[in-house]
Amino acid sequence: MPAIWLTLAVLALATAGYVLGRARALTSAGGDSRKLHSLPSYYGIHVFLFTAAPALALLALWILVQPLIIERAVSTHLPERVFSGNADRGLVMSDVRRVANGLDLAVSQGAMTTEYARTVRTELTDVRERLGEVGVAVGSDIGPEVLRAAQNYRSLAARGDLLRSLTIAVLALGGLLVSIIRTTRDFRARNVVEQAILGLLLLSATIAILTTIGIVFSLIFNTVEFFGLYPAWDFFLGLTWSPSFGGGSELGIFPLLWGTFYISLIALAVSVPIGLFAAVYLSEYASPHVRSVAKPLIEVLAGIPTIVYGLFALLTVGPLLMRVFGDGGVGIMQAGTAVMTAGLVMGIMLIPFVSSLSDDIINAVPQAMRDGSLGLGATRSETVRQVVLPAALPGIVGAILLAASRAIGETMIVVMGAGAAARLSMNPFDAMTTVTAKIVSQLTGDADFASPEALVAFALGMTLFVITLGLNVLALYIVRRYREQYE
Amino acid sequence: MTDATVPPAVARPGLFEGDARTRKRNAAERRFRLYGMIAVGAGLFFLVTLLFAIVSNGIGAFQQTSFTLRVEMREDVLDKPGNRNIEDIKAVKTFAYKPLLRAAILREIEGNGIDTPLSGAKIVGFSSDLDKLLSDGAAAKLRNQVLANPELIGRTVEVTVLASSRVDGYLKGRVTRESIARDKNLDAEHLDLVDVLRGAGVVGKGINTAFITGTDASDARPEQAGMGVSILGSFFMMLVVLLLALPIGVAASIYLEEFAPQNRFTDLIEVNISNLAAVPSIVFGILGLAVFIQFMHLPQSAPLVGGLVLTLMTLPTIIISTRASLKSVPPSIRDAALGVGASKMQAVFHHVLPLAMPGILTGTIIGLAQALGETAPLLLIGMVGYIASNYPDGVGAGFLDPNSAMPAQIYEWAKRADPAFYERAWGGIIVLLVFLAAMNILAIILRRRFERRW
Repeated sequence: MPAIWLTLAVLALATAGYVLGRARALTSAGGDSRKLHSLPSYYGIHVFLFTAAPALALLALWILVQPLIIERAVSTHLPERVFSGNADRGLVMSDVRRVANGLDLAVSQGAMTTEYARTVRTELTDVRERLGEVGVAVGSDIGPEVLRAAQNYRSLAARGDLLRSLTIAVLALGGLLVSIIRTTRDFRARNVVEQAILGLLLLSATIAILTTIGIVFSLIFNTVEFFGLYPAWDFFLGLTWSPSFGGGSELGIFPLLWGTFYISLIALAVSVPIGLFAAVYLSEYASPHVRSVAKPLIEVLAGIPTIVYGLFALLTVGPLLMRVFGDGGVGIMQAGTAVMTAGLVMGIMLIPFVSSLSDDIINAVPQAMRDGSLGLGATRSETVRQVVLPAALPGIVGAILLAASRAIGETMIVVMGAGAAARLSMNPFDAMTTVTAKIVSQLTGDADFASPEALVAFALGMTLFVITLGLNVLALYIVRRYREQYE
Repeated sequence: MTDATVPPAVARPGLFEGDARTRKRNAAERRFRLYGMIAVGAGLFFLVTLLFAIVSNGIGAFQQTSFTLRVEMREDVLDKPGNRNIEDIKAVKTFAYKPLLRAAILREIEGNGIDTPLSGAKIVGFSSDLDKLLSDGAAAKLRNQVLANPELIGRTVEVTVLASSRVDGYLKGRVTRESIARDKNLDAEHLDLVDVLRGAGVVGKGINTAFITGTDASDARPEQAGMGVSILGSFFMMLVVLLLALPIGVAASIYLEEFAPQNRFTDLIEVNISNLAAVPSIVFGILGLAVFIQFMHLPQSAPLVGGLVLTLMTLPTIIISTRASLKSVPPSIRDAALGVGASKMQAVFHHVLPLAMPGILTGTIIGLAQALGETAPLLLIGMVGYIASNYPDGVGAGFLDPNSAMPAQIYEWAKRADPAFYERAWGGIIVLLVFLAAMNILAIILRRRFERRW
C-alpha cells in the first residue's frame, strides 16, 4: 500500500478513535460531563494521538530506512564482475533502481504482467526496448546481473511494503485499543494529552538542531571523502583552480577565496559609506515625514530577490561598465562580467542591510549623550562624529561584519555577474570567480558525484560555512556586548 | 618673575557674524548634512534605476507580435484519403503544414500588391525564406488546430500564428536594421515586407497572455516561452513551505517562548536558530542535495524537494518573528487565564496564540516571500536546466514531477544565448515582483488591520 494511503487510513482510524474515546468517556460518566476528570474532547484527542502519532512516526522512519536496507541487501548480492571497468557501486545501483522503477511503471501501465516482470530475462528479450516503450530511458544496455538485481530489488521492496502495512496497522490498532481501554471517568486525559503535545512542541524545536546537524554532517562526510581523493594541503594552499573532469585537476581554493574577498571588499566599499551616512542622516537630521518615506523605500532594496540583482548585473551594469571601461573607453575591461560589476551590484543590495542595522544601533545610543554634547556647544555633526558614532562603534562594526558575511555567501549575483574564470589578479575589471559560484558550477554539471571535481564543492561549502559562521558569531557577540553596555 | 603677557585681543566681528572658526564649523556641519542627503539620495536613485531597468526591459514580454493569415487547409495535403479519419490526419507531420503557411503569406503579398523580392520565394521544400517571418512553432499550432477540429480541412480559415522572435523584436524596437546586418535569421527585405504587412493589418502586436499561462520553449523559440509551468512549480513549493514551516515554526516558537526551561539545551536551540538564519542559502542547497537527493533518493527537480529545502531555510525567519509576536502578548492575559483555572497549555492555545496570530501570519507571509524569490538552493537540486514544457497532470505530479520555479526559470532564460530570452527574463522578474509585492502588501494590511497595541 503506498505511504499516502497508509497515512490517510491511519488518520481515518484516529478520527474514528476520537469519536469512540469521547463517547466512551461520556458513557462511563453516565452522560454527565461534569463527572469527568477532563473535558470530553480531551478523551477524544487522547485516543487520536495514541492511534496516529506512533504509527505515523514509525511510517516516517520506515520510509527513510527501508531503501537503505534493501540497497545494502541487493548490492551485496551483485557479482564482482559487474564492477569491471570504471563503473562504481553507486552508478550500478542507480541503474538497478531505474530498471526496478521502470518495471514498476510497465506493470502499472499494463505493458507487462506482474509475473512477466518478475521472470523476464535479458537473454530472451530486449528489456531496454520494452522499458523504452513505457517511457523509461535507460542509459546503457541492461546486463543480466542488473536485471536480476532489479527484480530482486522489486521483490524485497514488495515484501518490505507488505511488512510495513501490517506493522503500521498493528501499531495503530494497538494504540487505539490501549487508549480506549484506558479511557474511564477518572482517567487524567488532559494531563496526558498536554504532556504529549509538549513532546510534539519540543520535537519541532529540535528541528533547528537537526538542520544544523544535517548541514554539518553532509558537509563533513563528503569533505572527508574529497580529502581522501585529493590532498587537503593542495586544496587549501593551491594557487591554481583548473578542474578537468578527465582527471588531473588542480583544485586550489586560493583563487576562489581571492575573488570572494575582492568582490566583498568592493561591495562593502559601496554599501558601508552609503548605508552609514543614510542611517546617520535619517536618524539625526531627517524630519519624521522624510524618514517615514525614505526608510521603507530604501528597505525595499532588501526585499528584492537576488536573481533580480543578478540579472541587473548581467544585462544592465555589465554592459554599462563595458561602455566606459571596455575597448571603446578606457580599455581595461574585457567582458561585462567582472569583479567590479558583481561588487557594485552586491553593494547596492547591502545598502539597506547596513543602513537599517546601523539605524537601530544609532537609535540605541541614549539621548542624554547627544543632549550633553549639544549643550556644550558642539554642532550636530560634531556630536555625531565625536559622541554618537564612537559610542555606537562596536555595534556598527558588528553590522559591517554581518554585511560581510552576507557578501561572502551571496550566490546569484556572482554566478551571473562575476564571470567563471578563477584568476589571481589585482584588476577589478577582470572576470574572477568565487567560492559560491564554483559550488554551483561543480554541482550542476553532469559530473559523477564520486569524482573529486564534484566532491570539491562540499569542501568549498564547508569553508564557506565555517567563514560565515565565524563572522556571524563574532558579529553577534560584539553587538550583544554593546547592547548590554547601555541597558 | 615675569609679567604675564596679555595676548592681543582677537577682533571679534560681533555676535551675529561668527568668526573664521565658527564659519568653518558651520561649513563642516553643512557638508556632513549634505553627505547624508547624498547617501539617502543614492539609495533612492539605485532603487529607481533598478525598477526602471526592470520595467523598461521587461514590459515588452507582455506583448507579442503575431500574423493573422487566411490559410487554405488543402485536403490533398492534410487528408489524402479524404475520409476525415483522425489516424490518417495524425499521420501528416508538422512539416507538411509549412507550405500552407508560406502560401498564405504569398497570398497576402499578392493581395496587397506588395513589391518584394520575397514574392518569388518557393512554397514547397525543406525551407523557404518566408519561414523566417514565422515562429518555428507556427506549423505545430496549425496542426494542433486541425487535429482538434478536422472539419477545418478543405476550408480557408483565418488563423493567428506567432511571428518569429526577430520580427517581434523589430516591432518592439529591440532589433534594428543595423543589428540584423550580421544576423542570418532575418534580412532587410523581410523587414520591408513586415512594414507593409503591418500597414495592411496582417502583422500586429497584441497582449501576450501566453507569457503568463504558457510553458517554456526550447532555445530556438523564444517567442513561445512562458512562465505558466514555473509559476505552478513555485506554487507547489510554497504550498510545501506553508504546510511544513508554519506548524513547525509556530510549535517551536511556542515551546521556546512559553515552556522551555532555562537550561543548556534551550540555549543550544536558541543559538542554533539565530545562526541558521545567517547561513548562506547555497549551503541549504548543499544540504538538500546531500540529504534529500543523494541519501533519501527523492526525485531531482521536484517541487517537493525544493519546498523541503526552502522550509528549512525559512524556519528560522518564521520562528524569530513568531517569538516576537508571542512575546508582545502581555503577561496579564496569561495570568488571567491561569487565574480562572486554565492549564498552562490551555492559556497558551486558547488565549495567547489567537492574539499573536496576526503577527505570526505577517511573519509567515514575509518568510514565504523570501522563499519565493530564492534561487541558489534550487540550482543545486536541479530545478534549472529542465525545460518546463508540460503542465503537471495532477496534484501528485505537481509535487513530484520535474518542474522549474519562477526564479529558476528567469535564471534559465538569462543563461540562453538569444537576446530575445533576456526580454522574457525581465518580464519574468516583473511577474515575480508582482507576486512579492502582493504578498508584502497583504502582510502590511494584516498588520495594520489586526495588530493590537497593548
